[in-house]
Amino acid sequence: MIGRLFKFHGGVKPDAHKDESAGAAIRKAPLPARLIVPLRQSARAGATCIVEVGQRVLKGERIGEAEGFLGTAVHAPTSGTVSAIAAHPMAHPSGLDTPCVEIEADGEDRWIERAPFDYHAASREQALAWLRDCGIVGLGGATFPSHVKLGRGTGIETLILNGAECEPWITCDDRLMRERAAEILAGATILRELIGARELMIGVEDNKPEAIAAMKEAAAASAHGVSIVPVPALYPAGGEKQLIRVLTGIEIPYGKLGADYGVQCFNVGTAHAVYRAIAHGEPLVSRVVTLTGNCATPGNWEVALGTPVEDLLALAHPKADTDRYLMGGPMMGFAMPRLDVPVVKGTNCIISASPGLFPPAPPEQPCIRCTECAKACPVELQPFELYWFSRAKNFGKAQEYNLFDCIECGACTYVCPSHIPLVDYFRFSKSEIWARERDKTAADQARERFEFRNFRQEREKAEKAAKLAAKAAETRARLAETGATETPAAEPAAAEDPKKALIAAALARAKAQKAEVRPQNTDNLSPETQAEIADIEARRKVLEAAAVDTAPQPADAAIAAAEPRP
Amino acid sequence: MIHSPYVRKPVSVQRTMGLVLLALVPGVVAHVLVIGAGVLINLTIATLTAVAAEALMLHLRRRPVAIAVTDLSAVVTAWLVTLCFPPIVPWWLTVGGVLVAIVAVKHLYGGLGQNPFNPAMIAYCSMIVAFPALMSQWPPAGQLAFDTQLALILGGPRDLDGITGATALDALRTGLRAGVQTVDAVLQGSAFGALGGRGWEWISVGYIAGGLFLLALRIITWHMPVAFIVTLAAISGAFWLTNPAGFASPLFHLASGGAMLAAFFIVTDPVSGATTPRGKLLFAAGIALIAWLIRNFGAYPEGIAFGVLLMNLCVPLLDMKTQPPVFGHRNDAKGAGK
Repeated sequence: MIGRLFKFHGGVKPDAHKDESAGAAIRKAPLPARLIVPLRQSARAGATCIVEVGQRVLKGERIGEAEGFLGTAVHAPTSGTVSAIAAHPMAHPSGLDTPCVEIEADGEDRWIERAPFDYHAASREQALAWLRDCGIVGLGGATFPSHVKLGRGTGIETLILNGAECEPWITCDDRLMRERAAEILAGATILRELIGARELMIGVEDNKPEAIAAMKEAAAASAHGVSIVPVPALYPAGGEKQLIRVLTGIEIPYGKLGADYGVQCFNVGTAHAVYRAIAHGEPLVSRVVTLTGNCATPGNWEVALGTPVEDLLALAHPKADTDRYLMGGPMMGFAMPRLDVPVVKGTNCIISASPGLFPPAPPEQPCIRCTECAKACPVELQPFELYWFSRAKNFGKAQEYNLFDCIECGACTYVCPSHIPLVDYFRFSKSEIWARERDKTAADQARERFEFRNFRQEREKAEKAAKLAAKAAETRARLAETGATETPAAEPAAAEDPKKALIAAALARAKAQKAEVRPQNTDNLSPETQAEIADIEARRKVLEAAAVDTAPQPADAAIAAAEPRP
Repeated sequence: MIHSPYVRKPVSVQRTMGLVLLALVPGVVAHVLVIGAGVLINLTIATLTAVAAEALMLHLRRRPVAIAVTDLSAVVTAWLVTLCFPPIVPWWLTVGGVLVAIVAVKHLYGGLGQNPFNPAMIAYCSMIVAFPALMSQWPPAGQLAFDTQLALILGGPRDLDGITGATALDALRTGLRAGVQTVDAVLQGSAFGALGGRGWEWISVGYIAGGLFLLALRIITWHMPVAFIVTLAAISGAFWLTNPAGFASPLFHLASGGAMLAAFFIVTDPVSGATTPRGKLLFAAGIALIAWLIRNFGAYPEGIAFGVLLMNLCVPLLDMKTQPPVFGHRNDAKGAGK
């Protein structure tokens, strides 16, 4: 059943450093006094809180209801009392806050009632809903909801389990395969049935012979036509698309999913969680975390989700010269900004880092276009070209050279002889492009709003004009009816413009009014006053006549008229 | 460093350049054994000039001096300039060539990694245009004592008619141009050894050894040396087969002049060369073609330098037009949709 293996381009071989922790069997980490369970377990979706402060909860009791299409449920990792529901910093490079449920553990670690889920008797939709409500997400690090991945399962030919674990230092999947091979296989069988896959392949990097042996033994015992495929240890062979390429030869481009090509890939840890959820009715409340690096007792621990990292680190006894802690592996992980953050579903490894183990990178030197990065790139990009474009902020060209196909695996930065942090440049370019797209969207929306405003104003104007025209027509009709003859001049104008017609009508009205109204302030005057007025009028007439005679210039006449007379 | 990856491969520009220098050592040793130790004098002069010029230019450009001077890139340029020049050129010619390479070609274009042209080839071309006589005096194997070479390098009188003969390429060109001789007749002359210029074959062997060393360490890829050698052999072979009297054999072309130095050390310059696999093949093939054309029909006996510079001009276009398909997009160009 094992066909030939395929290759992906490039890849690097950093020191594996698996031996530090690979020998340590998984142990159960002691429960902390207080657990902080984020309602948002991945960047994609959150959960709605369904508990209240002071409420007693049992281990496995649902505290967060799946929210939206990509949401999954969140559960109490142990029994105790909800002590707070508040924002708390997350295990994320940004250290941003997210709503969390804090639980004071009662130390009993008492489970809720659990019952296996008979997925054979249930419909596919019911089974997926069960997984969603058990909070099952991808445990390889990306924490993509498994029920959504499974939901795309039409025409899936091949199911792949990812046990490659290509990042240096991390051994949690290795230990899980060595110790719980049968459970992983049982989970894989469930997954295979749910997506109706014909073939099941489990890819394990060949630097984990014990895990391969354990998986093969379990596969022989259950005999389900499963192939355990050792793949060459070459970072990033554990990248989902890289592993699919190695095992099937299928290349899935950026923006496409395995399901589009008849392949589906799950982490071995996810398969294990699926088994626990289906066969034992246990929601996802704990995971295996590797503690390694610059510490006295490296190992693998089964950790209740929500355990603060600082509590967990005490188990590994980091050495005195530890200067920071990396979450995830050294190739793609991040230095934790703070340690009071909780372990979440995506936490696979915490490395104690010292300047000795992880020396600071030498200063950046100019790119000499040696193309080492292009040789190392598993996506077959030309990273140095992207670097030049990013430096020049020529983002259009960077996109043309497939910037967004970059998986940020770090292989180019790892091999660069000029010590250029290439991936940082690509992250910068990507975020700039996203920011510009956001700005562009905002600008588009603003333009649309503006255009609508203009449209609305035009429309209102037109409506007003129509109203005026109607009114003018009405007025004209009325004038015609009353046979008004004093406004003949208004008629042709009215035909031209309703506004003019209105004005003309108004003028005509004013004229009529003026004609009717006589000055009122001269009506009730005394005879003396009337005589005085008549006298004044007579004098004015004389003066006016004189002015016309002596001064034909109207200006002079005006001056003369203005001249005071005794 | 704040962001991943937190581990780095133990490599550096300094290491790369150091390995290139190491790979040049067999060729230099062969040079000393066959021609004489004079080349060492010019190598020393060139190295000192290059480092001083590099430091000065970095200082003037207000760049950190120490880290860039110690990256050894200037030393590589100095060595390549020297090895392209006749080993007995007067010291000031070497200094001039190196200054052109470091100051004009490298730093005036923005320093390491920014130059569009190969610095050593500009140095060679500018000097052969300015001082054609001095740049054409190649000493024959084993005939000039070290003190004579030293005196020539230090600017002593150059009465060279008795001591330097024409190079193999030069003699062949002059002989064939005269129209009276065939290739075979020319090759009877004293300038020629078993394959090309007498003694120079061994220096070529030294360069091949160094080139294989760089290939084994993956400092260079196979594309450029193979494309260069195959193209030069193919075109010269085609003409030689049709007209053996008028054209030299492929072996002659490969063993003569700077062909092997160019194939492994000049054409493969990463900064000014093409970067994609197909681009590299076209780039090196173009150089070989131009070199052969100039050798046969041009005004200069050696045409590799001009070939390199002309192909340097084509690099942006070559890179742009030969971008390899990225993961998952292999079928996009062919239009095979999903």
